[in-house]
Amino acid sequence: MTAELTATPAPEASFGTQFGAVLMRHLRLLGRQPAYLSISLMQAVIWLPLFGSLFRHVADVPGFDGGRSYLGYLTPGVVAMTALFTSGWAGMGFIQDMEGGVMDRLLTSPARRGALVAGPIAYQAVMITIQTVIIVVLGWALGTHFRSGPAGALVLLVAAVLLAAFISGLSITLALLVRNEESLIAASQFIVLPLTFLSSAMMPRDLLPGWIATVARYNPVDWAITAGREALGADPDWTAAGWRLGALAALAVATGALAARAFRTYQRSL
Amino acid sequence: MPPTSSSAIRTVADEPPKRLSASGSAAPAVEAHELVKTYPGRRGAPPVRALSGAGFTVPAGTVFGLLGPNGAGKSTTVRILTTLTSPDGGRASVAGYDVRRQAGRVRRAIGVVTQKSGVDPEATGRENLVLQAYLHGLTGRAARSRVSELLDQFDLAAPADRLARTYSGGMLRRLDVAIGLVHRPAVLFLDEPTTGLDPQARSAMWAEISRLTTEGLTILLTTHYLEEADRLAARVALIEGGRIVVEGSPDGLKSELRGDALELELAGELDDSGGPGPAAVTRLRERLLALDAVHEVRVVGRRLHARVADGAGTLPAVFAAVGGTGLAVSSATVARPSLDDVYLRYVGHRFTADTGAGTGTAREAGR
Repeated sequence: MTAELTATPAPEASFGTQFGAVLMRHLRLLGRQPAYLSISLMQAVIWLPLFGSLFRHVADVPGFDGGRSYLGYLTPGVVAMTALFTSGWAGMGFIQDMEGGVMDRLLTSPARRGALVAGPIAYQAVMITIQTVIIVVLGWALGTHFRSGPAGALVLLVAAVLLAAFISGLSITLALLVRNEESLIAASQFIVLPLTFLSSAMMPRDLLPGWIATVARYNPVDWAITAGREALGADPDWTAAGWRLGALAALAVATGALAARAFRTYQRSL
Repeated sequence: MPPTSSSAIRTVADEPPKRLSASGSAAPAVEAHELVKTYPGRRGAPPVRALSGAGFTVPAGTVFGLLGPNGAGKSTTVRILTTLTSPDGGRASVAGYDVRRQAGRVRRAIGVVTQKSGVDPEATGRENLVLQAYLHGLTGRAARSRVSELLDQFDLAAPADRLARTYSGGMLRRLDVAIGLVHRPAVLFLDEPTTGLDPQARSAMWAEISRLTTEGLTILLTTHYLEEADRLAARVALIEGGRIVVEGSPDGLKSELRGDALELELAGELDDSGGPGPAAVTRLRERLLALDAVHEVRVVGRRLHARVADGAGTLPAVFAAVGGTGLAVSSATVARPSLDDVYLRYVGHRFTADTGAGTGTAREAGR
């Protein structure tokens, strides 16, 4: 039976093969958990009308410069919030894999650390794409005019995907460092909520208190919102949107690389 | 040189690995030297030294058993050899590759079955296998046919498309082994493969492991079941306190003990502790050791353990000697030496007692 062992060994797996296999694992899981999928989609549907009517009168405040409709102003904010609230949990799957033996199995296989990180991040990108489409269609159905047409919506989508990638990378890095669910939940809450509210998601920067306006300027969540909002406006400043997307992309790559590095710290604890 | 299984296995590598043994025979599948690993203590506790200079050699194409109680350093050794973690000191090579400097090569050459199941419970058995195949670069039709072959081999064809979380413990373990074999590794690591299995699933797993060895695979098995090491491993190493205490073939180790294990249950005048009094024990030892065939007499409670050259043949003389002290024998057992006796000799106490179980049949209850 030595024949079985002398068979030509498989060539080394490419990054693409490993990445695809890891992504498939997550996508399949999504299909098998209809409850998770519908709750995720539901939050996309609920927040826009909810915050839209809650803060409706913001549009009447003197100095509000977000176009005539608050809903139109709010749409990119809700997209960014959804990205944060979904991708903030990306590290959870890693914790589950560590608690079972799946992580050990993956780490003793030739799987590249980059593929183990890029797969789940790509899965988050798929999720936020679906959610963004729902929110934009809903906004449109509720009477919002996206004056720049499909190009603007596309920029918003790209901003949302990059933000989700950035946050997922952060969440995965944290998961590999703290290694237990409780700490990851606490850390996620600590990051996600302030990032949402220290931005122009609900209110134009001019109306924010001074220090919050300053913080918002350096908040990547605000970059995604501003880029999306700019692109959806009547007269988009593509350059302003462009550099924010670039900065988000750089951050996403940086946290992804950080997550791949964090495996070393994790393995030192084994 | 005939095409030995070991040289065939090594085609997994792109280039021939460096020969590590000076003897000129095939390079060993696993070589560990003076491995040291210390874990930082939690919350101010002192650091825990898991390994303090463990070393051993596994010849290619054999089953090697690493036997020791919980906490002896078995899993740490496996984690180092499978590149999951790095040693603080010492070096090791697997399939000819250094576990630290050539971790990628090692990972392509090994299959790993960890103590905790590596099965993704939310995927089917087939999907678990396909994922592993793709990670190893086995794709498309080649992956599908290899996966079907393994599902058949491990008797998992029927539940193949059910979610793994519906599997029984035995099925999960078989799937774990199948996952470890997808890429036809040179060395398979089995970390306590039968812990937690019921006796029936355990014997099925033993049969499966024995079958694998006939295919020329090198297997490193850790266990805290003496019987498992005895039955499956061509060589065993006893590990205790992060060190290898003794290494050899089970039969070789047992024959070094020279003689059978004799156990008597004493009756007659016993004191409060349930055994004969100190004076009686001294007399008993003297009389028994006066017999040529008898050495190493220990009395624990009402049980007497002795090592006897020809157990059955010496029994009448032993009975006579016991009778001469005024005690009687209520039962006697003569057994060929077991690995437990080897353990007793090298570590100083019984293996079974050490793992928190009693004697006798409690061997099964090591955990």
